[in-house]
Amino acid sequence: MGIADHNSVTASNTTPLLDVRGITKVFGSLVANDHVNLTIAPGEIHALLGENGAGKSTLVKMLFGVLDPSEGSIIWKGEEVRISSPSEARKLGIGMVFQHFSLFEALTAAENIAATTPISQIADTARRLSVDYGLPLDPDAMVGDLSVGERQRIEIIRCLLQKPDLIILDEPTSVLTPQEANKMFETLERLKAEGKSILYISHRLDEVKRLCDTATVLRHGKVVGHCNPQEETATTLANMMVGTDVQNASRELSQAVEPGEPLIEINSLDRPPATPFSIPLRGINLKVRAGEVVGIAGVAGNGQGEFFEAVSGEALQTQSDSVRLNKVDCGRLGISGRRLVGAAFVPEERLGHGAAPGLSLSDNMLLSRHTTDSKTMLGALGYVVTSAVTAARKRVVKEMDVRKSGEDPEAAALSGGNLQKYLIGRELDRKPKVLIVDQPTWGVDAGAAARIRQAIIELARSGSAVLVISQDLDELFEISDSIAVMHDGRISAPLPIAEATFEKIGLLMGGAEPGHMAYEDVKTAEETEV
Amino acid sequence: MRLELIKRPQQSAFFSAVSPLFALLLTLIAGVIIFTLLGKPPLAALYTYFIEPLSEVWQLHELAIKAGPLIMIAVGLSVAYRSNNWNIGAEGQFIMGGIAGSLIPILVPGFQNFMTLPLMLIFGFAGGALYGAIPALLKTRFNTNEILTSLMLVYVAQLFLDWLARGVFRDPNGNNFPGSIRFPSAARLPEIDPAQGAAHWGFVLSIVAAVIVWAMMQYSLKGFEVKLLGESPRAGRFAGFSSARMVFFAFLLSGGLAGLAGISEVSGAIGQLRENISPGYGFTAIIVAFLGRLNPIGTIAAGLVLALTYLGGEGAQMSLGISDKVARVFQGLILFFVLGCDTLIHYRIRLVFGDPAAKTAAEG
Repeated sequence: MGIADHNSVTASNTTPLLDVRGITKVFGSLVANDHVNLTIAPGEIHALLGENGAGKSTLVKMLFGVLDPSEGSIIWKGEEVRISSPSEARKLGIGMVFQHFSLFEALTAAENIAATTPISQIADTARRLSVDYGLPLDPDAMVGDLSVGERQRIEIIRCLLQKPDLIILDEPTSVLTPQEANKMFETLERLKAEGKSILYISHRLDEVKRLCDTATVLRHGKVVGHCNPQEETATTLANMMVGTDVQNASRELSQAVEPGEPLIEINSLDRPPATPFSIPLRGINLKVRAGEVVGIAGVAGNGQGEFFEAVSGEALQTQSDSVRLNKVDCGRLGISGRRLVGAAFVPEERLGHGAAPGLSLSDNMLLSRHTTDSKTMLGALGYVVTSAVTAARKRVVKEMDVRKSGEDPEAAALSGGNLQKYLIGRELDRKPKVLIVDQPTWGVDAGAAARIRQAIIELARSGSAVLVISQDLDELFEISDSIAVMHDGRISAPLPIAEATFEKIGLLMGGAEPGHMAYEDVKTAEETEV
Repeated sequence: MRLELIKRPQQSAFFSAVSPLFALLLTLIAGVIIFTLLGKPPLAALYTYFIEPLSEVWQLHELAIKAGPLIMIAVGLSVAYRSNNWNIGAEGQFIMGGIAGSLIPILVPGFQNFMTLPLMLIFGFAGGALYGAIPALLKTRFNTNEILTSLMLVYVAQLFLDWLARGVFRDPNGNNFPGSIRFPSAARLPEIDPAQGAAHWGFVLSIVAAVIVWAMMQYSLKGFEVKLLGESPRAGRFAGFSSARMVFFAFLLSGGLAGLAGISEVSGAIGQLRENISPGYGFTAIIVAFLGRLNPIGTIAAGLVLALTYLGGEGAQMSLGISDKVARVFQGLILFFVLGCDTLIHYRIRLVFGDPAAKTAAEG
């Protein structure tokens, strides 16, 4: 059979670069990939679409040698190959830029690039590549000091140094400003013009439409279609992914509700930097009223994480009135104390912050609920009432439509979108008066994101105050009543949604951004406005 | 050529379960090789080591005497290690517990009633816990490495005991031999069944401790806190738990149980405070904790296995003329193979020939 295959494929221009045939991956009882076919031609940008949990990551991991396929074959440049490790994938000419960066903060850009390639002349080569591909980068800069966009450039250059024929990009724009994303698209176009192929994984359908030549859509581990994204609309693509009609979260009710009294009050909040890499918070003032969703926009790494920790009580304040939640001074209360006054928190990192990866969903339910629900979930001597915890877990799984394999799997076994739905649902299940969410739909598919946003809006309409920190402007415009911008540890005065525009917010986001690109963007934006 | 460890995407549940048995099998194979190289008949030596010590009832009592302290210490260590606090100083906490509990019969020999023994046990627990609090304090206040500080404090404790037993606590009527007065019977942990053998109630205390701590880990919020902070400190902080308090909890519990084991040994098996009260129980218990998969119930079986290496070592010295240090070799082999098996469950090994960096450079 192998011989027949080999003879039938002749090396010519029509030979696909990569041809995946009937690839299948089974985890226990879960079929993550079910006879998936995928063909990528040389010089093509190919989109891989699908909800979280649809099997995109599994497929990509098999292509990059991280997982072994259970069945099926991978044909690379006309020859069947077995890719058993990432370094073998690199040798074949497959490079990958991960969704979660794998960079060392305390090393320079060049040292990071050297981590996967030989040391010699890294800085020069990197500098040359960065000029050639329009990826401005200072090889001597310390990674800890760089913006997320700049970090991503390092990842891409690191990948390009291997001279790959196929570059896999996993959710590359999820942490970029619109301007940074545009720069990256130009780079990808240039790579395509050189005849390199790109496998582009994204939930942002507009991007896919703009950039990609072909698309493969996965649902529940199966290919539901191949299409030309240019000929589809964002809605038809989303429908293919989800299988049902996706609705944008509706804010219709918002006009009907008068905002009530302030439930989140931040009064001149300062916080010195906790580590050499963290951003100090300076004089933050903010109010969120009952019934209101306030969004905080901003480029990643401008103090959002530090701000979240200060508000959640993971970091305490010196003044007890710097943070008032649900009309109680909380500055000196820890996170459990703040939960007890009716606040709930969902951090940006799902695994390792909001949830412990190796613990079951039930244990992760207990994680944030043991103080607030101590009456039902705990008995004498701190005995954990398993039935109450299990009941809460089942309620949340049902309410938020969390898809999982097995009854009570480890948190790490869930896809990002499903875990995020679970973590949001875990807090909403308490009906909190105050909700603070950092990046509610980061790396989450369209269907789950819509559900999460709808749930956030519904909570606010029921009379709670909600603060959403996000780098996704579309999301903030969809759900917020007003938007403030976080920049360099400060937060601007919120703009009511009626007055806010992408341009205004974009200017504030770029503001005094120390990154070198953003400054130019601000200038051009200013010029066009004038 | 070099070895590369590559993380396995999924771990085999079967091999995770049987890995301790696998490790023991490998230890036996290594034992055969060692005895052959020493010129001793390997199978006979293994018999002397691992079978003979189990052939009579009084020997089982000896096994319980050795296993008791190992289990008691390992129960505490399994909690500490689960919470990611690496207490290597149980040997020192064992000694300090022995000293603290002995204060009562040595300093107030006239105090002899039903309260004597319980008070001694409480003093023993407190002594070990306080000594364990030192590395905890150093870790939380000064960010020192608890592995180093707890280990160094072992030698301090050993020398302190030596000084006491030869100095201020020496029995004036002891013909200048080191060691305190012999404890009165009210200060002795009684034997379980004196007609059959010498095992004292310390073994039973160990089993009780194992069951209580197991229940705590399995069913209580405290156990959840230990697991959560050990698995993911940041998620633990998000849950409202304090890493610093967990450091103290881990060291106070493991130090306290080591101290309780220490006073049980002194008042049960020995009957006086001597210059040397432990054949390395505190270190061997580290192996017990890992062989027992850091599960308090698992440490019972593991403690019995390691106790056997002590007895086998003594037997082999007498009947085959092999140094009793071979027992230490076996203990080391067991730990090596347990950790090795666990590593291979999580990673696979790949041989890389040639210098890959040079190769990529040539291609690039």
